[in-house]
Amino acid sequence: MTAIVEEILAGEKRATGTADLMLQMAEWAAAAFARFDRARVEKIARAAADAAYAHAGELAEAAVKETGFGVAAHKKIKNELTSRGLFDLYSKDDYCSARIKAELKMVELPRPAGIVFALTPSTNPVCSVYYKVLMALMTRNAIILSPHPMAKNCSIRAAKLMVEAAEKAGAPIGIIQIIEQPNLPLIEYVMKSPRVGVILATGGTPMVRAAYSSGNPAIGVGPGNAPALVDDNANLNEAAKRIVTSKSFDNSILCTNESVVLAVESIADRLLQALKSAGAYVAKPEEVSALRELLFGMGTFNIAVLGKSAVEIAGMANIRVPSNTQIILTEIDRVGIDEPLSKEKLCPVLGFLRVPHADAGITQARALIRLSGAGHSAAIHSKNAATILKYGAAVKALRVAVNAPCSLGAAGYGTHLAPAFTIGTGFFGSSSIGENVGPQHLVNWTRIAYNDDPKEAFGEFGGLDANTGGPALALGLEAPITLGRLQEGADAAQDPLPQPQSNVGNASEINIMREEIRRMVLEELRGALRS
Amino acid sequence: MADLQQSPEKREFIAKSKEFWNPGKTQAWQDMGVDLVIDRREGYLLWDMDGRRLIDLHLNGGTYNIGHRHPELIEVLNRGMQRFDMGNHHFPNMGRTALAERLARICGGDMHYTMYASGGAEAIDIALKTARHATQRRKIVSIVNAYHGHTGLAVAAGADRFKKIFLSDQPEDFVHVPFNDLNTMEDALKGKDVACLIMETIPATYGFPMPLPGYLAEVKKLCERYGALYVADEVQTGLMRCGEMWGYQRYGIQPDIMVTGKGISGGMYPIACVVVREPYAGWLKQDGFAHMSTMGGAELGCLVAMKTLEILERPMMKPMVNYISETFRNGLHEIMRLYPSFFVGIRQCGLVMGLEFDFPEGAKPVMKHLYENGVWAIFSTLDPRVLQFKPGVLMTADLCAEVLERVERAVGLAYAECMGSGKRGYRAA
Repeated sequence: MTAIVEEILAGEKRATGTADLMLQMAEWAAAAFARFDRARVEKIARAAADAAYAHAGELAEAAVKETGFGVAAHKKIKNELTSRGLFDLYSKDDYCSARIKAELKMVELPRPAGIVFALTPSTNPVCSVYYKVLMALMTRNAIILSPHPMAKNCSIRAAKLMVEAAEKAGAPIGIIQIIEQPNLPLIEYVMKSPRVGVILATGGTPMVRAAYSSGNPAIGVGPGNAPALVDDNANLNEAAKRIVTSKSFDNSILCTNESVVLAVESIADRLLQALKSAGAYVAKPEEVSALRELLFGMGTFNIAVLGKSAVEIAGMANIRVPSNTQIILTEIDRVGIDEPLSKEKLCPVLGFLRVPHADAGITQARALIRLSGAGHSAAIHSKNAATILKYGAAVKALRVAVNAPCSLGAAGYGTHLAPAFTIGTGFFGSSSIGENVGPQHLVNWTRIAYNDDPKEAFGEFGGLDANTGGPALALGLEAPITLGRLQEGADAAQDPLPQPQSNVGNASEINIMREEIRRMVLEELRGALRS
Repeated sequence: MADLQQSPEKREFIAKSKEFWNPGKTQAWQDMGVDLVIDRREGYLLWDMDGRRLIDLHLNGGTYNIGHRHPELIEVLNRGMQRFDMGNHHFPNMGRTALAERLARICGGDMHYTMYASGGAEAIDIALKTARHATQRRKIVSIVNAYHGHTGLAVAAGADRFKKIFLSDQPEDFVHVPFNDLNTMEDALKGKDVACLIMETIPATYGFPMPLPGYLAEVKKLCERYGALYVADEVQTGLMRCGEMWGYQRYGIQPDIMVTGKGISGGMYPIACVVVREPYAGWLKQDGFAHMSTMGGAELGCLVAMKTLEILERPMMKPMVNYISETFRNGLHEIMRLYPSFFVGIRQCGLVMGLEFDFPEGAKPVMKHLYENGVWAIFSTLDPRVLQFKPGVLMTADLCAEVLERVERAVGLAYAECMGSGKRGYRAA
């Protein structure tokens, strides 16, 4: 093809036309999937989770290689937690069956969103794909993923291996799709599509705002900037270890990571010592300036240090640090717009501010979150319930990790929060959801509610199946060929009738049966044709 | 039309159509209760000049396979017109060459050369001429009551219906054999004087009788045995309508010559193509000027055709066709259960469908009631018990559901009309 012809063919509508096809296919898949029963859904979700789990390590390495962010060993842990871990956790719950609440004279029927449009970030690419796909599958939704362009390849591989496993386990074709050439106009186009049920947005603020202004329901989350208050009664060694572990985990790429330690003056020096012993390097004043310049010299956070290790960052700032350094501490004298190091830092550089007492620490924590990270996360290391309560009530964060590493703790690992890589920042953070996002957010319930008058008896719903009857489900597997009944020769080859929709038969078994009938008919006809 | 009100404007227009365009055809539609004058159109929707909305399941034989006025086709035509026009057919031409290259890739094997026409019938003529040149034989075998268009050779290969009136039959060179009958086929071919067999993979105008299992493969073998070429008329069955790019792929055969028309134009710019296996395209080398056509393969048409193929080749397309055809099959079966003595069968290969009504000319009242209920589908001229039911490859789930609702209503009304007297049994459910 000549360049001229290719140029004419490459109109703007090529990308949106392809996106329309994805949406249309997802719509078909979702329509069938919404009528699957729990056992079929569980089989599909388990297969996808297992395939994801089996590739956790390999894809962790691929993600680090492609993006340059984070630590492969830590990403492997996240990939495992969001595959089999997530499945095991939520497979206890049922998002597929009717709930009969006789005492309330009510039946609740699960109604999936239909199409989930999910944006996945470059920082946590594979685990976000795993997490969002599994939540969609467990709630009988179709999902279209739009990976961050920087993490495109590993995200596509992650999605494809889940597609393969899910389809093999009987999922309707097209239930999981991924946009292979994502770009902003295309993403905005899909976001605005009336076919989309809900947008699951993780990413930069502009993307989240775009999701909310699309006109479609959206679950979007804002950035973090977690304060970590260390009270004078805290176990300092434990606190130090937890802070270093958390801040160095995957090179601090989770938005739940600690941004600034607020240390009560009376224990600040001892805490510094403990942090050093745990692997922190305490930067000298001139080194703090160099780091400030490196991280924020360009006005916004320098993406070159995002998800890099402490040693690499020290190298970039010409700072000599021991080779086993886990994080770098930068002591600052204020939080606020005039101290860039009090902003969110997705790298193992941690601010350190001394406060005269816990109450002052709470004030500074509020200031930190005023700067950014509203509705996100905060941490406190304290034994005083009253202080913890006061802190929780004062800071505009919707999760407060207590005596735990914040990175994973706020994300639901090592605490009893819901494990999630989409952290609802609620009304404080301009989000529709204030919890850690889980499958329950991707399904609505139709509530069949009876008259509460005792004279009106509640129906016998036990043993009924909402999805029985009606036409057989289209699963996108094969375009049928049948002969009809009026044409000559067709009598010999009576078409097998499609099985009505029921949850008893498994689609693949029906297909095998049809195949068998077809084969027998074929043999009979070979003779008939010649007679 | 008893049930539908006609505006004075429409009455006036229909009179004018009879006066200036085609009195016979215009009147025939009025007599069948279909007073359609298509005005606006978009996707799979048509609006009659009186503003009535119709879902298009006729697609003019698959011409609007990807819908009316597909936005990507409008765009490519606009962009193309900034630089090109039809082109000069004498010279090497970027559009024609690019489309030929794409068709060679899509068809695979040694399906290598593309010859161009401005419509399906002209393309059939080219195919038959090419077969005659390649074999140096004159005879053409086709199916009884076949339809291949209305030009010289194409009409001669088709049903008497369209050739006797113009004294255009050529009985000495054109032999007709019944469909799905291998013995007669073998008799026709075994004289070894046949240039080619031409057949639609599924004969459309005949009401889509389906090839019995194994039939097409056996026919192809017979052609090989007796030195005749196999020409697949894929005008209505190609372009994903059967679930693969070409209908013949569903039957596991490889033709020697393939004709594609209608849908390849996207309904936007007339074009039809003949794709020929390398060994049988000899005339292109011997005398490349031997056949030519000013409008055939117009460059703008080539651009539209390439975009149409690009859309149809997208990976979602095949599952979508599966979904649509499974949905209609499953949904229509539910309707069959309601009227088992009337709506008796479904002939189907993907989106190529014929609905069988066991009543003389039973598809005509169904067509009429569908029309009154907002769906446009046409009966089969040569077997009016069969309704041609041709959903487009891009139909949405919602639109399919709407069609099924309307079909259920229309079939019920047609059933009452045909069987209402009680002669043929009672409504079963």
